Amino acid sequence: MTAATRTGTATNPVRRLLPRPRPRGRVVAAVLGALLVLLLVSVLALSLGDQATAPAALWQALRGHGPENTVYAVHEVRLPRVVLALAVGAAFGVAGGLSQSVLRNPLASPDVLGISAGASVAVVGVIAVGSLGGPVGIVPIPVAALAGGLAAAGLIALLARDGALRGRRILLVGIALSAALTALTQFLLTRIDVYDAQRSAAWLTGSLNARGWGEATPVLVGLAVLLPAALVLARTNRALLFEDEVVAGWGVRPGRARAALLVIAVCLAALATSAAGPVAFVALVAGQVARRVAGVPDIPPVLAGAAGAVLVLVADTVARTALPAQLPVGVLTGLVGAPYLLYLLQRRRSTRGTP
Amino acid sequence: MPITATSAARLRADAVTLGYGDRTVVRELSLDVPDQQVTVVVGPNACGKSTLLRGLARLVPTTGGSVLLDGKAISERPTREVARVLGMLPQSPVPPEGITVRDLVSRGRHPHQSWWHQWGEGDTEAVEGALRATGTAELAARDVDELSGGQRQRAWIAMAVAQETDLLLLDEPTTYLDMAHQLDVLELVAALNRDHRRTVVMVLHDLNLACRYAHHIVAMRDGEIVAEGPPGEVVTPELLREVFSVEATILTDPRTGTPVIVPHRTVQD
Repeated sequence: MTAATRTGTATNPVRRLLPRPRPRGRVVAAVLGALLVLLLVSVLALSLGDQATAPAALWQALRGHGPENTVYAVHEVRLPRVVLALAVGAAFGVAGGLSQSVLRNPLASPDVLGISAGASVAVVGVIAVGSLGGPVGIVPIPVAALAGGLAAAGLIALLARDGALRGRRILLVGIALSAALTALTQFLLTRIDVYDAQRSAAWLTGSLNARGWGEATPVLVGLAVLLPAALVLARTNRALLFEDEVVAGWGVRPGRARAALLVIAVCLAALATSAAGPVAFVALVAGQVARRVAGVPDIPPVLAGAAGAVLVLVADTVARTALPAQLPVGVLTGLVGAPYLLYLLQRRRSTRGTP
Repeated sequence: MPITATSAARLRADAVTLGYGDRTVVRELSLDVPDQQVTVVVGPNACGKSTLLRGLARLVPTTGGSVLLDGKAISERPTREVARVLGMLPQSPVPPEGITVRDLVSRGRHPHQSWWHQWGEGDTEAVEGALRATGTAELAARDVDELSGGQRQRAWIAMAVAQETDLLLLDEPTTYLDMAHQLDVLELVAALNRDHRRTVVMVLHDLNLACRYAHHIVAMRDGEIVAEGPPGEVVTPELLREVFSVEATILTDPRTGTPVIVPHRTVQD
């Protein structure tokens, strides 16, 4: 704060009573709050299971002490799953927040646009090659998902290029592409070995069952690289809330900036899909929750990631512990997300630039 | 700031051709924008005046000739560097939903910042100064959505002012405003030129307001400049017939000495 403003505050007592112009202060508070919620939910998720673990015993078990079966349950069963849920949720959340803000549309998330469907069809394609007598696992699953997601994004950009990547057109193209890719996935499922088809179908609903460090690692690496990249571009991301002519007047090349941020979003969504399948609606909902919690016109990426992580972890923990049968997490997020999508559709009357 | 040579305007168009796709809108146009003056571009609809302004702001690429800023082709200079010297406000921009006036105005600091230098004292001063200069300080905490048309336009101009550029290009800053708000906005622009020595180029539809606030008028038709100079010299019945196809009487405003146009009828040519 400058000396001038400080004297200004001192000479004008009314100014001190007015709400202070620190719009980003609320974002910082929201991020800290979200991290606290994340910690609480994680502790809860680590404690719950076939046999609940008390906090003291959990702390012991995490450090490798205590009864062997508790240590096993915490270390080998719950911890990898919790980490995976957090990583997948965060990746979907950041991806959704970025694409919604860059395309200035609350519906423009990777799941709606067919990015997850592109990653899915590539993954099922790799399984199908193995199942139909070709080499098993010709490409690692995360690599296939990345390629599929990026290919779908490229196709959307190509088909929607006249719409300048914004507005309704890109949504319509994305929804059409999503439907086509899902149909292709279904077709592949009918062609392949029953066992592989069943495994793929479970994965396609979005599930964390029987998954762990192996699946979490690529997502964590992706987050470690791409989240900092998104933060470096955060200022540009906020600038893209405005029309291209305004943005260009500030010395930003809107096309380039948008492409860079969208590639980050696509890669994160594809990696998350490779680990847990296309978990429904997480990417769509997380960014919107973040925007409302922060009370800013843009979507802070870290907050969107935290919202996604909380959503997936809570949904998976409920699916794992509170329900009579172990449901895939995607069923639960779908149950929460679908009404929210309807609410967004119903509320959105104008085509105003809002992420 | 002393002007070193009268012939070298900071912003110049040198035989520029501008268009969109195959359609050429402005053809081989040359213009020296007078430094530290208010230049107003006028002309009938679709004469290319907005395109010229956007070309001067490097928002439309030239297909021939070049726009020169301080003697260098604007398209070859780093766009951030240009943004610290030249600001552009498009016609009726749409603010993002839920943005406050202060947030909007602070966005003008974008070209002065980077990710390792997010916000400094200079930025705070520039934003506070812009809010004060445009009379939007008391609106700072409000949502841009809640403002009246005139207030909103002043907030956008405040954003451009906070950018602290020597040159300011405004595309029809008075669109959709009633008479009082039009005057408010143009008085504000005149004050920015007078008190802050900013060079202003704007496109206006209202010829009478153009005559009153311009030092230099540029009259365009079909992508070319028909006449340019001080309003008192340029605006004549012949020019109005040639440029606007309108028969008119020209009076002199007894208070300001600037021309006042009284249109009679359109003429077919």
